[in-house]
Amino acid sequence: MAELSAWNELPIGATVQPAGAPRALTGGWRTGEVPAADVSKCVNCLLCWLYCPDSAITLDGEAFTGFDLDYCKGCGICAEVCPADAIAMVAE
Amino acid sequence: MSDLQLLTGGEAVAHAMRQIDPDVVPVYPITPQTPIIQTFAKFVADGKARTEIVNVESEHSAMSASIGAALAGARTMTATSSQGLALMAEVVYIAASMRAPIVMALGNRALSGPINIHCDHSDSMLIRDSGVIQLFAENAQEAYDLTLIAPRLAEHPDVLLPVLVCQDGFTITHSAEPVALLADEAVPAFVRDYFIPHPALDVSRPTTQGPFAMPDYYFEFRRQQAAAIEAATEAFEEVAAEFAFLTGRPYGVIEEYRLDDAARAIVALGSTAGTVKDVVDELRDAGEAVGLLKITSFRPFPAAAVTRALAGVKTVTVLDRADSPGGAPPLRAEVANALYGSGCELDGAVYGLGGRDLHPADIRAVFAGATSSHIGLRGEPCPV
Amino acid sequence: MSRLKTLVRNQNGVPPLRGGHSLCQGCGVPLVVRTVLGTIKSPVVVVNATGCLEVATTRYPTTAWNVPWLHVAFENAAAVASGVESAQRALRRRHALPADEEVAVVVFAGDGGTYDIGLQALSGALERGHRFLFVCYDNEAYMNTGVQRSGATPFGASTTTSPAGLESWGKAQQRKDMTAIAVAHHIPYVAQAAATHWHDLSVKVERAVAAPGPAFLNVLTDCPVGWGHEPRLFAKVIDTAVDCLFWPLYEVVDGHYRLTSVPPETVPVKDWLALQTRFAHLLRPENAGVVDGIQMRVEEDWEALVDRCDELVAA
Repeated sequence: MAELSAWNELPIGATVQPAGAPRALTGGWRTGEVPAADVSKCVNCLLCWLYCPDSAITLDGEAFTGFDLDYCKGCGICAEVCPADAIAMVAE
Repeated sequence: MSDLQLLTGGEAVAHAMRQIDPDVVPVYPITPQTPIIQTFAKFVADGKARTEIVNVESEHSAMSASIGAALAGARTMTATSSQGLALMAEVVYIAASMRAPIVMALGNRALSGPINIHCDHSDSMLIRDSGVIQLFAENAQEAYDLTLIAPRLAEHPDVLLPVLVCQDGFTITHSAEPVALLADEAVPAFVRDYFIPHPALDVSRPTTQGPFAMPDYYFEFRRQQAAAIEAATEAFEEVAAEFAFLTGRPYGVIEEYRLDDAARAIVALGSTAGTVKDVVDELRDAGEAVGLLKITSFRPFPAAAVTRALAGVKTVTVLDRADSPGGAPPLRAEVANALYGSGCELDGAVYGLGGRDLHPADIRAVFAGATSSHIGLRGEPCPV
Repeated sequence: MSRLKTLVRNQNGVPPLRGGHSLCQGCGVPLVVRTVLGTIKSPVVVVNATGCLEVATTRYPTTAWNVPWLHVAFENAAAVASGVESAQRALRRRHALPADEEVAVVVFAGDGGTYDIGLQALSGALERGHRFLFVCYDNEAYMNTGVQRSGATPFGASTTTSPAGLESWGKAQQRKDMTAIAVAHHIPYVAQAAATHWHDLSVKVERAVAAPGPAFLNVLTDCPVGWGHEPRLFAKVIDTAVDCLFWPLYEVVDGHYRLTSVPPETVPVKDWLALQTRFAHLLRPENAGVVDGIQMRVEEDWEALVDRCDELVAA
């Protein structure tokens, strides 16, 4: 992580600008399980994208492409809601 | 050309607000500031200002709505007193930390209990650590003038903090005096357009305002905020100089009244300064070397200016219109800090709590060295 | 085009809420935020009350928000939003904002910041008629501070300040009907929704932002930690809450009630209670009477709601 800023280097009023703000890689929260997709079964319903608490479903336009493991916490909701059984939680 | 009108302090501030024509004014009633918002509401109802008045359901919401409006990108003003200020205290601190340049009129009134609607400075003192700027008016003219100066000070790029313009409840808010108003056309040019760096309504540049800070950052943010209020002394002098050029009425963070060769001086805030000036003139005519140091900017406290102004004064008495049970009265504590090591004899008295009047005779007694620690209190004298 | 695909398209590649926040694994709140903000086509300013969503998404120097976002305190989100909304009106009147781009003011607050400490500011904002959307993400307790009971906590739930014990069944009071409180303010649009019934929620959001005044959405979502279940069971838990009639889905448009969804098959409340350890104590045989009481109350409330409705809509 970058060195912490001095008081006179901080933005006024603690205002954060999203572009350029650092992001915590919450993928480190996973405790042994990771989602895996069988794309051939995927019907692009996008429910996994909608449900994911961590915005960790990646899309290309409106097509499912995979998981952003930098942020996925391994909750398993995507596997549970997928109507096509295209996602399973597997050992990491 | 300026226009002289017979106005109460409350009405004078309402006129200043009318001339500033702020975008948003959230209001909630409390004695003795209500004449301010009532007079202003009538101006708006008659089309003399285009302000969006928000009749909120409590003072806590008045300050909260003020923050929302100010950070959204709108010039925002409000008013309160006493319990209202106490209720919104939580949010006042946040307005300062979020650097919202809100201008608030304060009709100084005693804090409950017992419940009391008359003047003292306990409400201002409650939020002295909040990081907001506090200016004290001596009379209706000052209340009007400081209200015009306030938006320029609040919005100054080195400052960006809320400014409270304080006037004694009833004594100033409800007493009519001749007040010189600026011409309406002169005010917009003086207060200028509202500008803040990150208005929330500028959706093309989204920001996150009001984040959560852990121990690794909170301390630095507080220091940054303190630096801003420290910069307000210079900013105030800058804006006041411009105001003086416009009106001929000079303002400083303090006012030195016949202090040059004074042997004894009183330090005071608010309308009491006016009474002290009368007594100073009377005693000076009788050959006594007395003077007054009036504090206009209580926050930021102008310690350096105070030290300089009182250098050479033998005895200083600080009159506090608020107490701090179990500790030193607030103005006395600040002055003591400024005078530490100076060799001045310092004493002080608490007076006027809950609207108890301070009379010229009381002030003469102070200058005669017969100070009681609680002026005008009935009962056993208290240790000085 | 499917509504879900529309939600994706409305993002224009920039999600209003992105990953990297510290909400719990399986948190039920982002789904609500994504559905609400994904439905709104206009730009938004979000005002967030103190709580899980606010704290977890904005630890300095990070932020999970790509939209303008304000947090001031716990109880005043509706008042802050009133200020933002008033500012927009004032600035638009002075032609200081582009006239054609109305910015939607959206509040997100938990049940604590809505039913309890936030109630006064919300009531005032509703009474004044500000044009804004207040979304309560109701997970039925003060979760961020460790699962303490709120005015939204259901009867019998065990929380850390109303724990089940040798001499307690958990929360001894019925929860407030916050949706009814909002309706009593005579605002143009009020609705009750559930996170997993996202289509119903999205339609309600559209109606809410089109309303010529305040709109209030009370959205049930869960907290796997506070409710006591595996995170992956989120959808099942909320769907069951709706299917057992504990949380009816309806809207009130200018005072007219309308059910927006009726479960094709109703299940007993006990099925919902059984999914969550916060109700585990109620499932002991000696507490059967308490569960019966809860079932009866749910049925009474449902009948009363149906009576108030001008129309019923089949699922």
